[in-house]
Amino acid sequence: MPTQTFRLNGETVTVDVEDDVRVLWVLRDLLGVTGPKYGCGINVCKACTSHVNGRAFNPCAVRVGDLAADDEVTTIEGLPATVGAELHPMQEAWLEHDVAQCGYCQPGQVMAAVALVNKARREGRTITDADLDGIRNICRCGTYTRIREAVVDGESRM
Amino acid sequence: MTGPAGSTGLGQDQAATEGDTTGTGTVSRRGFLGFVLGGATLVAAAPFLEQPPAAADGIPTVPQPAEIYDLNDFLTHITLPTSQLITISIDEDGGASFALPRAEVGQGITTSTAMIIAEELDLPLEKVRISLAPARPELLFNQLTGGSNTTISTYTPVRVAAAVARGALLAAAARLLGDNVDQLVTKAGGIVEAPDGRQVTYAELTIDAAVAQDRAVEVQLPDRPAGRVVGTPQNRVDARDAITGRKQYATDLQVEDAWPTMVCRAPTLNGTLRSVENLDAVRDMPGVTHVAELDFGVAIRARTFGQCIDAVRAVEAQWEDGPVAGESDETVLRGLQASQLPLPKLPSLPLLARTVNHDVTFYFRSNSPMDTNSAVADVRSDRAEIWSALKSPVVAQAAIAEAVGLPVDKVTVNVVQGGGSFGRRLFFDGALEAARISKAMGVPVKLMWHRADDARAGRVHPMCTSRIRTVLVGDEVVAFQQSLTSIETDFRHGLGDALTAFAADLPTGLGNLGFSETVFLLTQEVPYNFGAVVQTLTEVDQRFNTGSMRNIYSPDVRAASELVVDQVAAAVGKDPYEFRRSHARNPRVAAVLDKVAEEGGWGRTMEPGTAQGIAIHKEYKGATACLVEIDCRPETVGRQVRDAVTGPRVTKVVFAVDAGLVINPRGLEAQMQGGINDGIALALTSSLHLRDGHFLEASWDNYFYTRQWNTPPEVEVHIMPSESPQPGGAGEAGVAATFAAVACAYARATGTTPTHFPINHLEPLAFEPKTFEPPIPPSPTNGLRLTY
Repeated sequence: MPTQTFRLNGETVTVDVEDDVRVLWVLRDLLGVTGPKYGCGINVCKACTSHVNGRAFNPCAVRVGDLAADDEVTTIEGLPATVGAELHPMQEAWLEHDVAQCGYCQPGQVMAAVALVNKARREGRTITDADLDGIRNICRCGTYTRIREAVVDGESRM
Repeated sequence: MTGPAGSTGLGQDQAATEGDTTGTGTVSRRGFLGFVLGGATLVAAAPFLEQPPAAADGIPTVPQPAEIYDLNDFLTHITLPTSQLITISIDEDGGASFALPRAEVGQGITTSTAMIIAEELDLPLEKVRISLAPARPELLFNQLTGGSNTTISTYTPVRVAAAVARGALLAAAARLLGDNVDQLVTKAGGIVEAPDGRQVTYAELTIDAAVAQDRAVEVQLPDRPAGRVVGTPQNRVDARDAITGRKQYATDLQVEDAWPTMVCRAPTLNGTLRSVENLDAVRDMPGVTHVAELDFGVAIRARTFGQCIDAVRAVEAQWEDGPVAGESDETVLRGLQASQLPLPKLPSLPLLARTVNHDVTFYFRSNSPMDTNSAVADVRSDRAEIWSALKSPVVAQAAIAEAVGLPVDKVTVNVVQGGGSFGRRLFFDGALEAARISKAMGVPVKLMWHRADDARAGRVHPMCTSRIRTVLVGDEVVAFQQSLTSIETDFRHGLGDALTAFAADLPTGLGNLGFSETVFLLTQEVPYNFGAVVQTLTEVDQRFNTGSMRNIYSPDVRAASELVVDQVAAAVGKDPYEFRRSHARNPRVAAVLDKVAEEGGWGRTMEPGTAQGIAIHKEYKGATACLVEIDCRPETVGRQVRDAVTGPRVTKVVFAVDAGLVINPRGLEAQMQGGINDGIALALTSSLHLRDGHFLEASWDNYFYTRQWNTPPEVEVHIMPSESPQPGGAGEAGVAATFAAVACAYARATGTTPTHFPINHLEPLAFEPKTFEPPIPPSPTNGLRLTY
């Protein structure tokens, strides 16, 4: 069986698996990293949102073989370490606003929010209502109001 | 491990002394019988039922059944015979443990229950550990999570159990410190203190407090807790786990050898498997370990879910059509319309009587949560163990035992936290399938439904029609008749059994009705003085997989009703708010209505194409009102978002809720915020389309639940102060008034009263339907090109 190598939450991992298995299943089923959730498997619900090289991506839509050995995948489990803290400032904001209800989509929501703030910063601006309207991560509990508040708060903490 | 709780119960005098420490002076108290158990704290309680409210202005309406005895009274009633089995343990570290016989699916009951215990035991919230009890058949009907009833039915038993534990700790401390028990006080943090300042911790007391034999004790509880914890805003106890990825749902569990498993299903709804053409080829696919043929489809177990998806897509099979093959929305609607009963004949009316009539159709909707139907099952020849998010685990246990041919006591059913429910987890479709697959394969499985299956083959909220006729004489409503005709709602998750078992205890007449009519009458009431009020339900057609959806009948019933209330108000030349206010039957309803009108600035001047809408609802031992503002201007309706439905935008929601005694205002606000988004979805965007025997929607970009581009930028939730000693329900309470208010606002903004919901249902499909053979879509590969 072929082996696949990439970086996951700061460490190099090598997995024996076919190269066309999507990264989500490598993380969840083979590596036991279950923060990224399955909600659709077709890059629509965004519950699995994680980062690759600092940008948001959805591992349900990437073959593991398409990751290079030095591609850095960050899941919710590895997010705090990217800022050298116990919790990322966006997670602090999420706690402050008590956003989660069932919690299932929330790891993806947090990862999307961090990437959105970073994107706005790269563009030299801050988060707008249009940015918030454009977040595609679905939450069936309907936590959208608190998500919007937490993203703006998290931006100020980042 | 656990060594609860003491020897001598608190007598009445001691309890009264204890009560004085609350500082409230004239606290009203009730006595309850509890038990101290050998090794655990066993408690009995007698919850009480709220008295019906007095009628207000207008032509008095004879109370409807739900005003006197509602579904929550029933759900509480059925727990009484077994409520003594609720037990709280004091652990050796001085913390308290409680296995809650309910399912946490996002509604926040682990947090609110921990708060109730923390309050009574003077413990910090983090020292109260709430787990979910596995199926306990001895609990009979006391392990059904539904009807927003958890806190209503468990509040008093949990308080009593905690108070018994506290009394036992005080008694043990009295022995240790050589003081009289009535001189001791508990202090925040799990400490007992004597008058001279000597202290002893719960941790030091718990073994001393344990007894060898069960002992009955009486405890006295104030009607309302002092409010050290209860009533204060608290964050969820599982918030940190949720946002760090540590919170575990069924598919996150690591059960040995329980490998990923998925099912290839029939192209028509509830079709069955006839034969598989390429069984060996599928079995030889990468990662696949087992393939099993079952009546509901081809089950595939593999090393990863991704390989399950590939194998499901490779299956070549012959299928028997399902029972609705060839049916579509139009044919089902014709069936409903043919079944509509004639509205009851009115008494002879004065010549000047006017009628206001309005008919509405509500299309099928999906109650699928984010976390699809999933379960881990390990079925052996002599025993079985299941892990799943289950709101009716006792019924699930019996059904699984029967399906796999084991005695019930050989089937362990563990209740896992669920990633949402919205009614879906009242049923155990995934757990039952997982058990059958595990038995067929002879190995443990971790079954997960694909999103496409969860939307297309999962439970739906039934299509239904509402017909309303209102009769006015002069400016008064003398009669209000509403007839709901619906595809059957399935109550075979335990509530139906409970209704049968307790039929004799129901108010006169209800015991002889079918389940659904009983539930309808136990939940519905018209909160206005409208003279002769009649609401009826007719159900037809059992071919669909149905269930409740964050409410049962109320959102549809109330949206249709409130649209008519606006029409009646217009017919008599009254403002919608003033008209509602003057006809409100109940002071709590009037108060929430006033609150949203005031806070939301009812009646302010709005731009053409935009409008306010206002509506009320009374259920769950509480009252709700909602004021919304909607923008239906072309530039808003026509805004473009990729793979989305935009349409009218609700720009502002002001919501008021009287939920009686509020345990956690922060959690209550969250539930209202969620319910608001459900109400908006029901009104504007979310439905299933039935075409040619199957539902078309297979993705969150097909089934248009409210998204960030639909959600209101401004949401205010006002929690009404309440002196009530009784907590109300929260989980479903936000939906009905919001749906109704959005419907009314849309009608006022556009000048057109909708005749179907959601309003976009008959527009051209906003998506390209995914294939039915194979039944699930392929996994994309372009994710690295879509980063941001």
